[in-house]
Amino acid sequence: MTMQIADSVSLSTSEAKARAHAAAARDNLRTEPRAVRIVVIALAMIFLTVFVVLPLVVVFAQAFSRGILAYLAALAEPEALSAIKLTLLVAAISVGLNLAFGLVAAWAIAKFEFRGKTFLITLIDLPFSVSPVISGLVFVLLFGAQGYFGGWLRDHDIQILFAVPGIALATTFVTFPFVARALIPLMQEQGTQEEEAAISLGASGLQTFFRVTLPNIKWGVLYGVLLCNARAMGEFGAVSVVSGHIRGETNTMPLLVEILYNEYQFVAAFAIASLLAMLALITLIAKSVLERHLHEGDELRDD
Amino acid sequence: MTIEVKNLVKKFGSFKAIDGVDLKVDNGELLALLGPSGSGKTTLLRIIAGLDWPDSGEVSFNGEDALAQGARERHVGFVFQHYALFRHMTVFENVAFGLRVQPRAIRKDEATIRARVKELLDLVQLDWLADRYPSQLSGGQRQRIALARALAIEPRILLLDEPFGALDAKVRKELRRWLRSLHHEINVTSIFVTHDQEEALEVANRVVVMDKGRIEQIGSPDDVYESPATAFVHGFIGESIELPVHIAGGVIRLGDRPLRLAADGLAPGASKLFVRRHDMLVGPPGSGAFEGAVQHVRNFGPVQRAEVALSGGETIEIDAPRDRELRVGDSVGLQPRRYRIFAG
Repeated sequence: MTMQIADSVSLSTSEAKARAHAAAARDNLRTEPRAVRIVVIALAMIFLTVFVVLPLVVVFAQAFSRGILAYLAALAEPEALSAIKLTLLVAAISVGLNLAFGLVAAWAIAKFEFRGKTFLITLIDLPFSVSPVISGLVFVLLFGAQGYFGGWLRDHDIQILFAVPGIALATTFVTFPFVARALIPLMQEQGTQEEEAAISLGASGLQTFFRVTLPNIKWGVLYGVLLCNARAMGEFGAVSVVSGHIRGETNTMPLLVEILYNEYQFVAAFAIASLLAMLALITLIAKSVLERHLHEGDELRDD
Repeated sequence: MTIEVKNLVKKFGSFKAIDGVDLKVDNGELLALLGPSGSGKTTLLRIIAGLDWPDSGEVSFNGEDALAQGARERHVGFVFQHYALFRHMTVFENVAFGLRVQPRAIRKDEATIRARVKELLDLVQLDWLADRYPSQLSGGQRQRIALARALAIEPRILLLDEPFGALDAKVRKELRRWLRSLHHEINVTSIFVTHDQEEALEVANRVVVMDKGRIEQIGSPDDVYESPATAFVHGFIGESIELPVHIAGGVIRLGDRPLRLAADGLAPGASKLFVRRHDMLVGPPGSGAFEGAVQHVRNFGPVQRAEVALSGGETIEIDAPRDRELRVGDSVGLQPRRYRIFAG
């Protein structure tokens, strides 16, 4: 019926009709009534507001509740400065280590076939499936005074628990999967042809890695490092177990937030918390920028 | 540079990708490895390049053991089927790569590298694309850049894996002619892999036909087309009619029907009779070895392709000149101008 009418009218009208038809067809594909759609979207928005946006707003509101001077003063406390320094140091160590481990692991898994590969992949995910507190306890069992290496460490006067090495170890363990997880699918998809081409052109293994492999995965590496860093700075459970909470020495920012809060120093607690919240916001923005670059890579791929 | 491959075997698990291959390639030759997918031709090429390792056998370049060297030392130019251009580098840097990664002692200075890359881009007629990225090129352009990149290291041997496989028919034809004239110009020993017989016959000096990891025939394009050595080669190259026949007492039979074809010197037993489609001459009923009825006719430029149901029960396709129009339902006699019979 529609066809007969369309035949008799001008071309542009029939095109417009066809477009309207297509739009109607698209709408028809969504079988849910309009009301249901609105309710579902509203539910999602309310949930997000209450559970995500509101807490974030509260953090900043509390931090600035006595004005900006009180906020800055809280951050300038020696205890706060020491916590910030320690957090940055621990994040730098664990991100550095995990970058190296992650690159090696992803390289091995994506480019070679070997026995026990599936086991290795499962092992990489282990830190995600274990509670961080357990991860911390493992290090206490290993390096604590009653632990396996405790005696030897004490004899040689090496301090791991309740010191920077322990905190860095626990953080590294907990954040291990991020870089490897970001790289494995990317490297598997890219295959080995470009590396083969490089080697047949006379490049050494290192030249191939730095000139061909690394540039191809650089956005993936940055993505993994970003997520790894966010988690490393925010880690509470594992660090709490191994830190010993020595004020001004082994408290990271998340630990200090808890201590200050328990001592009713709300402005100081939320001031530190606001720094962590800002880190989260920056991470989110950087993440969406990086994701765009990762997808650009998709379009650049051959074929 | 001559290449010699002796008794090569390569297994993937229990699958024999290469099953005892012997091959000699002369200096300056342009050789085609032709075969269906899974015939082992790409594996053979990768072993020669050093990208794969054989389970047993020898590969030597100019008489010296090539298996003692890795891909890096062999100095072989390899062009990949999907080009494998470095996606994050410009065309210029792609071509320059092989020159830039040379050991410091023999690395050329920047000006020499630039001049050499320019020269290569001129050779493949794409100097105007130097600053583009691979993603901005067409398939044919990428292929030529991949070739220029492989030539940059002045390879002793040039290996091309399905060089035109991913291109459309028209570009493919242009590039074929171009590759042949390029080979003429640079005259480096070259092997290319293809599953396209037309490509192999048109471009190569010599064709190696492979199937199931073995070499079926080595010969000039005329040889493999005009005198196929095995049933596989006859069936694979050129469009052939294949009929199961039985030979007994000097008579060739298709089903129960004796064929009026000479059976001199043929071993008795089940055999396969091969005729090129255009070698089947059409005449009035009773005039040839076969009788049949036309079932379907289509015109392809200078020929008409007819589907003929033979009285033995088989249906074959023939190419006949268009001077005598065939019609559906016509009874015809068919006489092969030339035919070959292989035992088995």
